Parts: sequence; structure tokens; C-alpha cells
Amino acid sequence: MISGWELVIGIEIHAQVKSKSKLFSSSSTEFGSGPNSQVSLVDAAMPGMLPVINKFCVEQAVRSGIGLNAQINKKSIFDRKNYFYQDLPQGYQISQFKDPIVGNGFIEIETDGQSKKVGIERLHLEQDAGKSLHDQDPNLTFVDLNRSGIALMEIVSMPDMKSPEEAVEYVKKVRSILRYLDTCDGNMEQGSLRADVNVSVNKPGDDLGTRCEIKNLNSFKYIHSAIIYEAKRQIKLIESGENIIQETRLYNIDSGETRSMRSKEDAHDYRYFPDPDLLPLILEDDWIKKIRSSIPELPDQKKERFIREYSLSEYDSSVIVSDKSTSDYYEKVVKDRNPKLVTTWVTSELFSVLNKKNLSIDESPISPNHLGELIDNIDSGKISSRQAKDIFEEMCETGESANNIINEKGLSQISDEGELEKLVDNVISSNAENVEKYKNGKDKLFGFFVGEAMKLSKGKANPKVLNELLKSKLNT
Amino acid sequence: MKRNLNFIEAGSLLETSETTSVELTKIYLEKIKEADELNCFNTVSAEQALDEAEKSDLRRQQGKLKSRFDGIPIGVKDLFCTKNIKTTASSRILSNFIPSYESTVTQNCIDAGLVSLGKLNCDEFAMGSTNKTSYYGPVTNPWKSNKSDAKLVPGGSSGGSAAAVAADLCVASLGTDTGGSIRQPASFTGTVGLKPTYGRVSRWGTIAFASSLDQAGPITKTVEDAAALFEIIAGHDPKDSTSSTKEKENFLDNLNSSVKGMKIGIPSEFKSDDLPLSTQKAWDDCKKLLQSNGAELIDMSLPHTMDALPTYYIIAPAEASSNLARYDGVKYGIREEGKNLIEMYEKTRSVGFGDEVKRRILIGTYVLSSGYYDAYYIKAQKIRSLIKSDFNQAFEKVDAILTPSTPSTAFEIENEPTDPVQTYLNDIFTVPINLAGIPAISIPFANDENDLPIGLQLITNSFEEQKLLNIAKNVQDTVNYESVPKNWWQK
Repeated sequence: MISGWELVIGIEIHAQVKSKSKLFSSSSTEFGSGPNSQVSLVDAAMPGMLPVINKFCVEQAVRSGIGLNAQINKKSIFDRKNYFYQDLPQGYQISQFKDPIVGNGFIEIETDGQSKKVGIERLHLEQDAGKSLHDQDPNLTFVDLNRSGIALMEIVSMPDMKSPEEAVEYVKKVRSILRYLDTCDGNMEQGSLRADVNVSVNKPGDDLGTRCEIKNLNSFKYIHSAIIYEAKRQIKLIESGENIIQETRLYNIDSGETRSMRSKEDAHDYRYFPDPDLLPLILEDDWIKKIRSSIPELPDQKKERFIREYSLSEYDSSVIVSDKSTSDYYEKVVKDRNPKLVTTWVTSELFSVLNKKNLSIDESPISPNHLGELIDNIDSGKISSRQAKDIFEEMCETGESANNIINEKGLSQISDEGELEKLVDNVISSNAENVEKYKNGKDKLFGFFVGEAMKLSKGKANPKVLNELLKSKLNT
Repeated sequence: MKRNLNFIEAGSLLETSETTSVELTKIYLEKIKEADELNCFNTVSAEQALDEAEKSDLRRQQGKLKSRFDGIPIGVKDLFCTKNIKTTASSRILSNFIPSYESTVTQNCIDAGLVSLGKLNCDEFAMGSTNKTSYYGPVTNPWKSNKSDAKLVPGGSSGGSAAAVAADLCVASLGTDTGGSIRQPASFTGTVGLKPTYGRVSRWGTIAFASSLDQAGPITKTVEDAAALFEIIAGHDPKDSTSSTKEKENFLDNLNSSVKGMKIGIPSEFKSDDLPLSTQKAWDDCKKLLQSNGAELIDMSLPHTMDALPTYYIIAPAEASSNLARYDGVKYGIREEGKNLIEMYEKTRSVGFGDEVKRRILIGTYVLSSGYYDAYYIKAQKIRSLIKSDFNQAFEKVDAILTPSTPSTAFEIENEPTDPVQTYLNDIFTVPINLAGIPAISIPFANDENDLPIGLQLITNSFEEQKLLNIAKNVQDTVNYESVPKNWWQK
């Protein structure tokens, strides 16, 4: 990135577990409900309340661990992480410190066509805190405990990434895997997935530099630009003879800068200790096996299969499988159809519309069925590619099906030889002079005859059939 | 009405219609009023009690009893959350707290038809052995020395629960025991106090002191009463992850006082020259008694007994420092406003907690701090497992262990040592049991030279409460301890 320097990046991802109820209580986890409407006695830490583990959240963590090729620990322990804050009702967060539920694993990422392994150090379960609202009153802070107690998975990578691109690919890949597993919805805008990024710089051959942690990045763009800013900041400091202070920093999305939040010296002493209200979490082999056997096809496997079954290029396959919804969409369209045509339409036409309108594939104005219908019409020669593009545009605007548009506008192609022959005869007889010139060697005039015939057909003539007819008539 | 009516007797009187729940409840409410000086109750819920008593009498008329003890008035330590009734843990910080929910223990009592007279005074957050740390002032022991008119401590932390039973202000009561908080006050007041196996009684809705040690239990007038009330409150609770799934037994009906052929262990580590002669004599007399009833005495060793107290005073404060973090002025309880969040915390907790609670929060915070954690907390956990294994090994050879409950009898309220460690020594015979998670009972055996009750402690292995109660009944029935305090407090 910056010549003469190496970057070392490690990432902690906080992923909200997809589950109906919270980690230690039966309150709902639904997003966007009224403040404090999803708070049980346990979530509010009323006196004498006790946590009871939500088995489904444990299952989701195990599922995620398997998806990250990681070791599942049959015994794990919940610890209390003690600190005071208004939105932390218990005065401690229940987390896992020394004995997490998931140990070492790895994932494969790809940048510039190069694939690379990134190590996973661990995945552990913990409770989310509530939310402090500072903007409701000039003098008061309001607390919303709806989020308090929701299950999070903290996924810690090894410091294996060397560039902002790799960092982004890593987060994208983890997000993709979790979405395939249906263990996290990956919605970064709603905060269901956020990343803390550790960055350090060093000269090649030197020891690792001092790292700084940038907290709470919730988009790929911010991850990318925060790392670049932070690396440049550190390099500048070192080059001017200063030391990097190990600290936690926040990224300002407006200025694109990071600023210090707290240094290591000010770091909390969390006084971790095993939560005496919870017994060690013991997992049975059979139970893990059962979960393992229910793991769906994951992006890497799907990519290989798409290359095999649909003859996709490496690149196209990567793009399509990177998002589960996209791959589902693709598979719905490609079923019993020409894969090449489908791939082109999905990756170029559909993607460009989605990009332009800033929509996700789930919000696509064209359903897989409608796109399939359009492709069927192209494949059968009923419409030309040119027509198809117009129809596609109209489909985007109106949401109508391809067949309806074709029928309504009488857009279907004329491929009937008899009908076209009449057109061709008409063109030849009314342009005798040019026919003469063509026959005397002015080959270029062929295009003129095609154009005239097309005009007569109002653009509906099948160009292939038309060409053949014209050639045979003119050459006799 | 008989003085000192016990639980079983009350049940019979109600059954034979010699009294009604309303009548009993009124008598006890009157007694409570007269005993104001003892300061046993933080809250007397007279209206609710009479209301519940009426309902019980109606059930009896209709033959729809919830249990054979339906209608008996009891007292509840102010550590159990009770729906719509103030629950303070005897702390200023919760002095305005009214729960919207009922603890599992008190719900079990409601389900058996018992009538709660109110909330009993205790040490603040159950931290203390004298009941002097209560925000509502000390409880006075109904017993007095025959040599002095000085007021005595009832022990703690369930001081109100024990004193109320001894003074007959309720038929029986509920306490909690983290390091001796049921057995020590029972010993100081001539009552029976049972600390069940950890996990037998749900902790849900009981204000936590030290989660890995806390266990609720009955304080009663007889061993039979203890069996009956224990049976009511025990049982699996899915809301408490540490609750045992073991089937609840019919402890009362299965009481069998024979000790023939039983092996009773006498641990050498509990012997001490510092033990008062009268306590030593009571212990010796009890050994002889059991022996003559057919039990065999076994000299044995619990090598880590002397490490129990320091271990306890690391683990209990560590857990407490975290458990009490929720009392921060944000959600419930009192709040002292400050310029900012930190100042609000500091003011609220400075004003809300008493000295002993603050001391333990500080100790607990210290032993969990980075750099000290291994030296204190981890080491204490290791010793805790050694203490457990001492008992495990012992119970391979003996059925039960007999010790004194406390190193002394009740002392003067004004004479509490200024060094807190001296006060902590009160728990020296009781804390090993909590660390091991096993059950133990304190029963009154004799009075000392000052006419103050001496309690003896019986200990069995986990989930052997039936055996524990059986042996205790044997001792009770043989020794026939019938002393009660003179009711000097009645105006």
C-alpha cells in the first residue's frame, strides 16, 4: 500500500446471533420495537434474577464455528466482564473469556485472484448491552434496554491480513458464511455485524509495530478507509521519530479520520471471573454431530459446484456466490436454462441496474421467474438481444413480466421465412439500381438492404434469417 | 394458645379446627407489635397476611387445602423478593424497592398456603454475623444472660429470622445461609436452622450475596418443622441454572430417628482450647448421647478446615462485588443525583451501602483485579476444591459429622470486636460447609453457664438431608431441650 511499509491487520467481528429470543432470557430480539418494550426482569437486572442459557443461541454459535472450519470446544465457560455503565444493567456483561465455545479455525479469502487463508483465533458468545440515547434531552441520557442481553458472537481473527483490501474481503467472507448458515443476518446498517480493526505498521524484516484498535466499523467502505487513514497516521508518526501508543480509536465517518478514545493505561480492569450463576457449558458429541450434518453448502463449495455445473468462470462464480441471496437468485434462473446466457444477464444487466438503484438482490425489481422468462424468449429466438434490453428496462420500471410486455407491444421477432421473403422481395424490387451496383461488386451495400428490410419489419425481423434470405436472393 | 407453637402443632390445630388461620395470624401480629423492641421485622405486612389467612380459612371450609400446612403464619427474611411487598435486603439502597415478582422460595410457600406476616430484618445484603449491619438497626436476641441485662446479638445474617422464631413472633421462618447465616443465628437463639445442599432450593428471586454459596433454608422450633418447611421450599427450578434436578423427597414423613450403626465423624480440626468449656461439654455430651443410642464415633480429619475462612473471605466478596454492581441508582432503588454519571454512581453507592458491604465490595474488587486474580481468587478456588475433597473422603468413612455450630454463644451487641476479622471468626465452623456445598443443621443442645443456648452442627454429604434430619431428630428427642427465652420484651 505504502511503499517501504508492511501492514498487519487483525479483526474482531461482533455478529448478532439470529434467534427469536435473547441469550439468557426469553425476551424478543426484534429490531425497531418501541424503547424498553422487549425487556424482561433478567434483562433489566432486577434483584435476584438469574440467567438461563438459550440453547438455540448455543447451536447457532456451534454452527458458525463449523462454518469457520473451527474447533468446537465441548466445554466452555461464561465469565463476567465487570464495568459500570448506564446501559449495562447488571454492572457486568456475561461473556466468554478463557474458555470460548469455538477455538482455532480459518477461512479462505481472495484478492486480485489470489486466494489466502486467514486464521480464526476464536468465537465466543456474549451479551449485548443496551443503548444510551444522548440526543433526547439536553441534560439527560435515556436508556433503551431492548438490545440488552441479545446474543452476540465475537469472532477474532489472527493478525493475518496485510492490506485494507484483504481486511474487507475477510469481513465480507465471514459475513457471507454467517448468512449462508443463517446464524446472523449480517445487516451492517442495523448494527447486526460490526468490526473492530487492529492495525499496526512495520518496515519489512522488522518486528511487528504497536497496534491500535479502531472500534465499531459498520461498513466495508469505512473498514477500508479507516485502515488506510490509520496506517498513514502511524507511518507519519514513526517517520517523524515518534512512538505509537497502544490505544483504542474511533473512526469519524464525516472527516474520515480516527481519533483516540482511550489509551491502554486507561483501559478498564474488567475483573473477569466465571459467572457463578451459570454452570460450565458442556456439549455432547452427538449434538455437535447433528449440527454438523445440517450445515448447508457454503460459499467455497458452491463456487466450485457452479464452475463445474454451469461452466462459470472463477471470477463470475466468486461474484455470484459471495452473497447467498445472489446465488439463490442465480440458481432459480439458471435451472433448465442456458447458463452462459443467464450468467451474462445476471452479472451484467441485473447487477448494473441494482448498482445504479442501490438495491440489494432481495430488493430486485425483477424476480428470478421474470428474468428466466425473458431469457427463454431470447434463447428461442422470439426476440433479439436488442429487443431484450428494451424489454428488460421496461420490466425494471413496471415490474411487468417479459411475456406481457412482448405481447402487449407486439414485440416478438419475425422469424417466419415466408413472411420475411415477401419483405426481401419488396426491398429488392423497389431498389433495382442498388441491386445492380451490388451485383457489380459493391458488397458494402448489403448492409443497406438489411436496414431497409428491418425498417419494413419495424425492427421485428429475425436478423439471422433475414441475412440468409437476402444473401441467397441477391447472389442469384 | 400454647406458647411457642410449632409448625407441626399449628398444622394439627388448624386441621382439628381448634384455631383458624385468621386467629393465628392475629395473635402473631399482636405479638410482633409487642416485640417492637426486638426489631425483628423490617416490614409487617398485616393487611396482606390477614387477607391470605382469610382465604386459607375459606379453602379449609371448602376442603380445597393447598397443603396440610395451609394457613400457618411464617416470617420471611427480607432478602426474598415478594410481590408488591417492600424488599430491602436491609439496605438503604433498596429502601424503596417493591418487587413486581415473587421469589421461587416464597412462591412455593404461597403454593403451600402459608401466610407471610412480613419481612424479617437481617444483615445488609446478608453480610454479617451479628445483624448489626442492617440499615434498619440491629435485631435484639430474645435471650439474655442470667448475669447481665445487656442486649445480645441474635447472630446473623438471618438474625431477624432466628430471633422471631425464638421469641415466637411467627411459627417458623425463612433464612438464607452463605457462610453460616442460618446456623449461627439458630445456634445463638436456641432454634433449629437447616442449610440445604447447594442447588436444592432455588435462588431465583432471592437477592444474591455470593451466588456459588447462597442457599435458602428454614429456621424453626423443631427438627420436624425444619423437615416440613424444607420440603415446601425445595425442588427443581428451571429459572435457576444451578438448581438440582434431584427429586424432592418426603422429608417429614420419612423422618426416622434411629442412629443405630451410624458412623459419626468427629473432626480433630474443630477441637480447640479456645472453645468455651460449656460448648466443649455440650459437644462431648452429644457424642456420648449418640454413642449410647447406637452410633459409632469415628475420629477423623478435615485437613483444610483452617483454610476455609480465608478462602471464604476471598470467594464470597469477589462474587458479591459483582452481584452488587447492579445497585447503581439507574434502574431502581435510591438515587443520589450527581453532576455526571460517575458522580451519581459514587454518591448513590456511598450513601446506599453500609460500611460492611463497602468493605466486602472493596475486598472483592481487589481480589479480582488484574495482577491479584491468580494469587487470590484462583488460589481460593483451588483450596475450595481441596475442602470439598476433604469432605468427600470423610463421607466415604462416616455418615455424618458432628461439630459445635459456633465458637461461642451470643455476645453483647455493644461488645462486638472492632476488628472485623474477629467477627468473621464467628463463621469458622460453618463456612467450610458452604464451600463444599453440602447440607448441615444447627440444633439447640444445652444452655451455657449464662443460660444462653449452645447449638451443635450436624453435617452430611450432598443431598443427604434426610439422613441429616434423622440424626438431628434423634439428638433432639433424646436431649429434650425445652428452654425458651423469658419474654422480657412484652410491655
